[in-house]
Amino acid sequence: MNFEFSEEQLMIQQAAKDYAERELIQDVLERDAKAEYPTRHVKNLAELGFMGMLVDHKYDGGGMDTVSYVLAMEEISKIDSSLGVIISVNNSLVCYGIEKYGTEEQKEKFLKPLARGEKIGAFLLSEPEAGSDATSQKTIAEDKGDHYIINGIKNWITSANTASTYVVAAQTYPEKGHHGINVFIVDRNSQGISLGPHEDKMGMRSSDTHSVMFTDVKVPKENRIGDDGFGFTFAMKTLEAGRIGIASQAVGIAAGALDRAIKYSKERKAFGKILAKHQAIAFKISDMAVKVENARNLCLKAAWLKDQGKPYGMASAMAKQYAADIAMEVTTEAVQIFGGYGYVKEYHVERLMREAKLTQIYEGTSEIQKIVISRALLRD
Amino acid sequence: MKILVCISNVPDTTTKIRFKDDNTAFDTTGVQWIINPWDELALTRAIELKEASGGAIEKITVVSVGPKTAEPTIRKSLAIGADDAIRIDAEPTDAYFVAAQLAVVAKDYDIVLNGIEASDYNGSAVGGMLSEFLECPSISAVSNLEIENGEVKVSREIDGGTEVLSTQLPFVAIVQKGIAKEPRIPSMRGIMMARKKPLNIVEAVDAETLTEFENFELPSAKAACKMVDAENVKELVDLLHNEAKVI
Repeated sequence: MNFEFSEEQLMIQQAAKDYAERELIQDVLERDAKAEYPTRHVKNLAELGFMGMLVDHKYDGGGMDTVSYVLAMEEISKIDSSLGVIISVNNSLVCYGIEKYGTEEQKEKFLKPLARGEKIGAFLLSEPEAGSDATSQKTIAEDKGDHYIINGIKNWITSANTASTYVVAAQTYPEKGHHGINVFIVDRNSQGISLGPHEDKMGMRSSDTHSVMFTDVKVPKENRIGDDGFGFTFAMKTLEAGRIGIASQAVGIAAGALDRAIKYSKERKAFGKILAKHQAIAFKISDMAVKVENARNLCLKAAWLKDQGKPYGMASAMAKQYAADIAMEVTTEAVQIFGGYGYVKEYHVERLMREAKLTQIYEGTSEIQKIVISRALLRD
Repeated sequence: MKILVCISNVPDTTTKIRFKDDNTAFDTTGVQWIINPWDELALTRAIELKEASGGAIEKITVVSVGPKTAEPTIRKSLAIGADDAIRIDAEPTDAYFVAAQLAVVAKDYDIVLNGIEASDYNGSAVGGMLSEFLECPSISAVSNLEIENGEVKVSREIDGGTEVLSTQLPFVAIVQKGIAKEPRIPSMRGIMMARKKPLNIVEAVDAETLTEFENFELPSAKAACKMVDAENVKELVDLLHNEAKVI
């Protein structure tokens, strides 16, 4: 057992913290208000290597371990979780999936620019009627011999407008149910792809989310990832990895709210003494800190298991469910501690509360995580 | 052309300072160590100059006088972009001792950069002493450093204006804030490369320590703030006059 981080892990954590505290903080409120995509920050973070930090050096990535990734995600999301989700989707859904299951040609052509952050990736699984129930894909990929023709609608797609590389799930053999699903790497500029309007979200408003329509989109056969019908397994495996990113993002949101609540409790006076001297507030801070620490440890455990090449599906589901749920609780308490100030935008905690809500919903709702965990525990 | 950047390993600027052994020594328990912020800016400027030099600046070396525990800080400088590093294996006991150690290494470089002070003991003495050892010019409070066709131009803030100087090489630049906009954040690649870059450890030379710490005193605790009701100006004036004795 060793709770010490390596020098490199600490340096990455510090680099993420420095960037967030120096740069992201400056326009986070404005981007939230305007729902403006953080083009400049994505470019800077790509130059620093964050967009492909988990990808092997061989494919132009940062070659970092998952523990470093967890540390970086927390620091970024403490200040701005919109950047957190942009980094997470690119790294742990798109890059991870192509690196783990793609062919050498696919890695050469698609993974390298994604790992360098020159191109951004999006993961297109959800549909208007297939969110948690990812098995019931209505998007069809018809096998035409040397290519596929894709038709259908994908919903809630993070980075849909900015991404140039799409990883798309679609049904090829409806009669086979989820065994008939395939995933494809699709160039966003392909003929027949159109975007729905920018979703006006409650939180993480600086990340761009759209629905994506496919009308007779031709995709070369060599763009299919894995064997025929591998799509559902691909989606589940990448989501297993993706959960660690989102769990760490939730930890960051909660830790950001806790930091702000601690600072405020030491400054604000009520009834002749600072809030921190009121036990009602001090105990809230204590409860919040225990939750954040627990969630962080669950993330690190899941990351460590993944880095060791051990099964981590249940650990990442536990981390995701717990971190998302406590992020909601902790941010709500932070708003309570700030009182009226917490309810206005200037003090950030209401934004963190809005952002926390999404972590309970996307990349598998908290309820879906409970299914994953309980199935793993109750399996015969 | 070769640049040497002298690095101090200092406690993080948010550290709660405590002393031990009857207030004669700094208590390092639980302290996080960082590159002295002024040295980090110096390093950032050195890297900017090298990147813009088209190969004219062949190497940036960082040097630090310190025990093995200073190595993470030194490696961070390598992650930020120094090409190699030297650790002179000794406790940095005082400015004279440190300058004497640095002089051995610094004689091989054209430009030697020092932060104007270290954020731990605020000594501000090493750079000047080092130039004496090297018998070369030193310019203090440098806020800009340019190299054009091998000519060095430095600017320093003076009362009511800026002074621009040229200098012969080698020279020691004692730099202050403004030398670089902000310290550079290391990239993933830089962080991973840091362990692959040379970190040479050299024995300390014999040198005296001329000063010694007697003891430290923390600043007195901030007095409690007295609140006066906004209506009660008379009480405020009375307190300022009779208690604080400022008016």
